[in-house]
Amino acid sequence: MKRTLAVLIENKPGALARIVGLFHQRGYNIDSLNVAPVFDESYSRMTVTTQGNENVVEQITKQINKLIDVIKVSDLTEGSHHEVEYVLLKISTKQFNQTFKRKLKYFEHHIIEQDNSIVVLGVMGNSASIDDFLKSLNKKSLIELSRSGCIGMHKSEKHLTI
Amino acid sequence: MKFSGGDLLMRALREEGVKYIFGYPGGAALHIYDALFKQKHIEHILVRHEQGATHAADGYARSTGKAGVVLVTSGPGATNAITGLATAFMDSVPLVVISGQVQSHLIGTDSFQETDMIGISRPIVKHSYIINKAEDIPKVVQEAFYIATTGRPGPVVIDIPKDMTDPNLKFEYKKPKSINIRSYKPKIDPHPGQIKKAARALLSSERPVIYAGGGVVLGNASKELIALNKLVKVPVTNTLMGLGSYPPKDKLFLGMLGMHGTYEANMAMHNADLILAIGARFDDRITNTPALFAPNAKVVHIDVDPASISKIINADIPIVGQVKESVLALIKEIKKSKIKIDSEALDQWMSQIYEWKRLHGLNHDLWKHVRKNQKILPQVVVQELYHATNGDAWITSDVGQHQMFVAQYYKFNKPRRWVNSGGLGTMGFGLPAAMGVKLAFPKDEVVCVTGEGSIQMCIQELSTCLQYGLPIKIVNINNEALGMVKQWQDMIYNKRHSASTYQNSLPDFVRLAEAYGHIGFKVTKQEDLSKVFKKAFSLKNRLVFIDVYVDPSEHVYPMLVAPNGSMKDMWVAKDKKA
Repeated sequence: MKRTLAVLIENKPGALARIVGLFHQRGYNIDSLNVAPVFDESYSRMTVTTQGNENVVEQITKQINKLIDVIKVSDLTEGSHHEVEYVLLKISTKQFNQTFKRKLKYFEHHIIEQDNSIVVLGVMGNSASIDDFLKSLNKKSLIELSRSGCIGMHKSEKHLTI
Repeated sequence: MKFSGGDLLMRALREEGVKYIFGYPGGAALHIYDALFKQKHIEHILVRHEQGATHAADGYARSTGKAGVVLVTSGPGATNAITGLATAFMDSVPLVVISGQVQSHLIGTDSFQETDMIGISRPIVKHSYIINKAEDIPKVVQEAFYIATTGRPGPVVIDIPKDMTDPNLKFEYKKPKSINIRSYKPKIDPHPGQIKKAARALLSSERPVIYAGGGVVLGNASKELIALNKLVKVPVTNTLMGLGSYPPKDKLFLGMLGMHGTYEANMAMHNADLILAIGARFDDRITNTPALFAPNAKVVHIDVDPASISKIINADIPIVGQVKESVLALIKEIKKSKIKIDSEALDQWMSQIYEWKRLHGLNHDLWKHVRKNQKILPQVVVQELYHATNGDAWITSDVGQHQMFVAQYYKFNKPRRWVNSGGLGTMGFGLPAAMGVKLAFPKDEVVCVTGEGSIQMCIQELSTCLQYGLPIKIVNINNEALGMVKQWQDMIYNKRHSASTYQNSLPDFVRLAEAYGHIGFKVTKQEDLSKVFKKAFSLKNRLVFIDVYVDPSEHVYPMLVAPNGSMKDMWVAKDKKA
């Protein structure tokens, strides 16, 4: 099953490589990865999605935790949590028709750029529904696509902070 | 007062108590070597290959418990250190490996002798640093030693671009008074609730086994382990890395377990109702097929590394903590407990174990029977060595059959005395490791038990031994083939000896030793063995290379049946399964 892990990691050169390397080294896959510094920029927050049963994810979590630069790791999937992903889409203006717009209305979205030939859209939603949305589109209508990867957070009172 | 980066490094190393650096100079490390030349506190041991430097530092670290220090140059110097880093990483050995790097502005330009040491070593280090401000050197060195030696120990790399040690740029020596790494807080004390559960489980068991590993040695917890078993009196088995942590002559000791473990140790594990794992990691050379492992056992697992717990075998009672503190807590809890271990059940369990031992136990008296006109048995070489050294030498080994024979027949009675590459299985480890041990304990007898295959992987260090006057004794168990490979080929590949023999091209090791300025003896008859050992050990100040020709057809038994076998499935002799 899909798992979403949140990692707080020192914002140091090579720290990201250690995490990515670990997944490869231990035979796990990264489905998506998002990372950026937060707060005082001394550390970064990372969201990694991967596949695996409980034992596998427990082992991944422990191995990540063992890295010296890692401050905290949490398996968001263990409890209730928020997950969101942002997508940039470039399509031809011709394709930006009623059918397309009908599909789009289920998502938070906005038009970033529009002219006679090109429309660039920003679309937000959870990763699974974004997957479904993209699958429903005619592949030929998509010129370019960029996904942020999932970012996540525990719900309400549970916090992941240092 | 201000110092160059090289001087900062030397002072920081000195403050960590470093006595020896094992290394090899080169362009990117020359500023550091110049700083080394100008000080008197740390001695540099010039090896003949960087792999030798890492294994020598490793031997020093394993025998003393302190971090071993290595200094190499960039590029090939750094890559040659990789095997030694991986060896130390797999066996949780504290090393600090300092590698020179090309100048900062040349990094990434494919400059001469440039290699991405941080990238190459990433999966086989506990942590690594690249210096980008010379004034950080003292703080980084301090952190590196702290990380290498605490928690689950391991190697740390410090990569230093050449401009960071420029003798013309001077800095103040500054480092924090105490170490505080917010992302690294190794756990020391175990959870009291888990200790309670563990005590209850152990005291309520009828067929318990203590399975004690290298963590007991690394964690200096041998005394505590012995004290624990004085209370509960249950059978104890050691992993390859744990040997020496429990007295071999105790009647509750079952010897080593696993792939080439004793019959009784493996049978006890398979039939146990409780396994108390202490500082061991359920390696695949122990468990055989994990799904078939100890079907009726409850598992209590003490380890400082949470990632080692429930990685291969699920732990019913996991305990994260330092081995010493955890065992002490367990002792305290057992003393408090009202539950009394069922001594009748224990007696029955022990008599079952003795019965297994009687059936297929190791024969430690092979040396007493002289096989005239026959080749020497390799097991006899180890048994004779054991008696020649009163079981009191520091023994390093290489990898293969000879390593297993030492583990089976040299009854180590003190922790740390047995120095071998268990996790990575690195041939070439033995001789340089022995140099590190000998430097640490110059008055003690240090023996490298090796094979004619392994010794040739780092034989160049014979020259280092001459330079620094290291009178190691080398026992070469020479079966004229890569014995363990050949054993597998005999057993599994219908005796097709693919690339495991040398077709009469072995060197004359006696003359080779002599060419390096040492003494060599060749032994081909069993009746000469004890005489030659006596002679060799009487030559206190000389390195002696003892080349013993042994029976090449001999295999190591017992051997777990794989694949798809459990711990009870063993070959106990050629063509004989038990």
